[in-house]
Amino acid sequence: MKILRILNRSIRDSFKSIFRNFSLSFASVSCTVITLILVAISIIASYNVTEITDKIERDLTVIVFIDNKTDQTGIDKIKNQIKNISNIDTKSIVFRSKEEIKETMGNENAELKSIMDTWEKDENPLQSTYILKVKDIKKIKETATSLKNIENVTLVKYGETMVERMVNVFDIVKKICIILVVALILVTAFLITNTIKITIFSRRNEINIMRLVGTSNTVIRLPFIFEGFLLGLIGSIIPILITIFGYTYLYDAMGGVVLSNLVELVTPSSIVYIASLIVLIVGSIVGMLGSALAVRKYLKV
Amino acid sequence: MEFIEVRNCYKVYKNGVTALADANLKITKGEFVFVIGPTASGKSTLLKLLYREEKPNKGNIYVGGVNVSKLRNSKVYKLRRKIGIVFQDFKLLPKLTVYENVAYPLESYGMKSSDIRKSVLKALERVGLKEKYRSFPHELSGGEQQRVCIARAIVNEPKLIICDEPTGNLDPDTSKEIMDVINAINKEMGATIVMATHDKEIVNRMKKRVVTIKDGVVVKDKMKGSYDNENIKNTKS
Repeated sequence: MKILRILNRSIRDSFKSIFRNFSLSFASVSCTVITLILVAISIIASYNVTEITDKIERDLTVIVFIDNKTDQTGIDKIKNQIKNISNIDTKSIVFRSKEEIKETMGNENAELKSIMDTWEKDENPLQSTYILKVKDIKKIKETATSLKNIENVTLVKYGETMVERMVNVFDIVKKICIILVVALILVTAFLITNTIKITIFSRRNEINIMRLVGTSNTVIRLPFIFEGFLLGLIGSIIPILITIFGYTYLYDAMGGVVLSNLVELVTPSSIVYIASLIVLIVGSIVGMLGSALAVRKYLKV
Repeated sequence: MEFIEVRNCYKVYKNGVTALADANLKITKGEFVFVIGPTASGKSTLLKLLYREEKPNKGNIYVGGVNVSKLRNSKVYKLRRKIGIVFQDFKLLPKLTVYENVAYPLESYGMKSSDIRKSVLKALERVGLKEKYRSFPHELSGGEQQRVCIARAIVNEPKLIICDEPTGNLDPDTSKEIMDVINAINKEMGATIVMATHDKEIVNRMKKRVVTIKDGVVVKDKMKGSYDNENIKNTKS
């Protein structure tokens, strides 16, 4: 009961204090709003970058060319051997016979068709292939070598150096994005904490009086912690609105893509709510901890 | 052991000023003690040691059997709940009303609202300020603000009330009224009063125990004493 009463009074006092120290509250909230907008933007941007690079990586295929002398049992044997390589996405393995390839090539290019039409009925110099995808793009080189070592496989194609370079660049980009988000959250924490410190500095006299009349340090701290929590919560409302409506607007305005259809943006519904939640949590927790730290200084503990 | 005992206390501030040098004092429960002395004699420091705003460099202080000088910072509030403190500058919370100011200590202890109401109104009645419970401190005169401060000091019915020059900012008539209030609290509530003051008239009129401090030492301790000009004169100047 006693604890409940103290909690209840702390919450009441924190509301009172927000209104009675309106200008200070306003300063804290403004600072929170600005920094949290930056956090929201960085979260959405880095999520998009990660998704786009992941998508490009997922679309990468490896083509395995099979020697024309191989009969049907040999072709099936190759498939089983491919499945045994751990890095291969077994569901993605597709067989394309040389007849199929001839037909597709003919349909795509009239000139090629006319050349291929001169071939004898059973003559087809093209090679049957397996098209497949890998699980971990970073190990593509090793996987290609193991594929090459399979009997009756003549050639393995995957884009070689270009792909390897791209994978490296994407890796760096993703890491930079994560570092950026973490750094921004830390900067936000620092800025909000400092603003709260300044506002609490002007109330150190108040804290000193509380100590003199026999209020325990915990009870002094509670209203300040609630206040920080509330200010963080209030400060995250505008950034959340900007995240939800701003990104939806941007997505619609750009038609869901950047520059070309190759680079698709993440749909708003899949990211804005998570980003909003992160903003809300960062805002309220940083507000709470900032206040707790700032009061600590005047409690002589 | 007496209610308050100060034993061989030394206090040197960080800036090198020696405030107390081997101070000794005993105060019995229910006593009314004036602490007088010239400026910078150490009387304020002595009071601050009693409510553990300062720690002595050497020596021990006992208040109600507790060794205050050994008290940890996080436990200081337990001592303060048994002591009422009246300040020269009132130290009221400016954004709270009179009622809220007096109720604040009890609220922070987690007392029931109905009990708080009773205690606060009783304390305000005792200092004669019941009608103004809804005012804010800046709407009150100096004397009224000091009454609020006294009401806050007595609201939890402490055994000891420490007054650090409570009339220092008030005119003689108001000072007299404030002293009457404090005197009544001493008599009716049985609270021990330790008061530092510069007010010659008050000390001479009240005829209480007077402790004179000079250069950090208790030089004179007299029952029914008076303000002795000889000892107050600052020998340094």
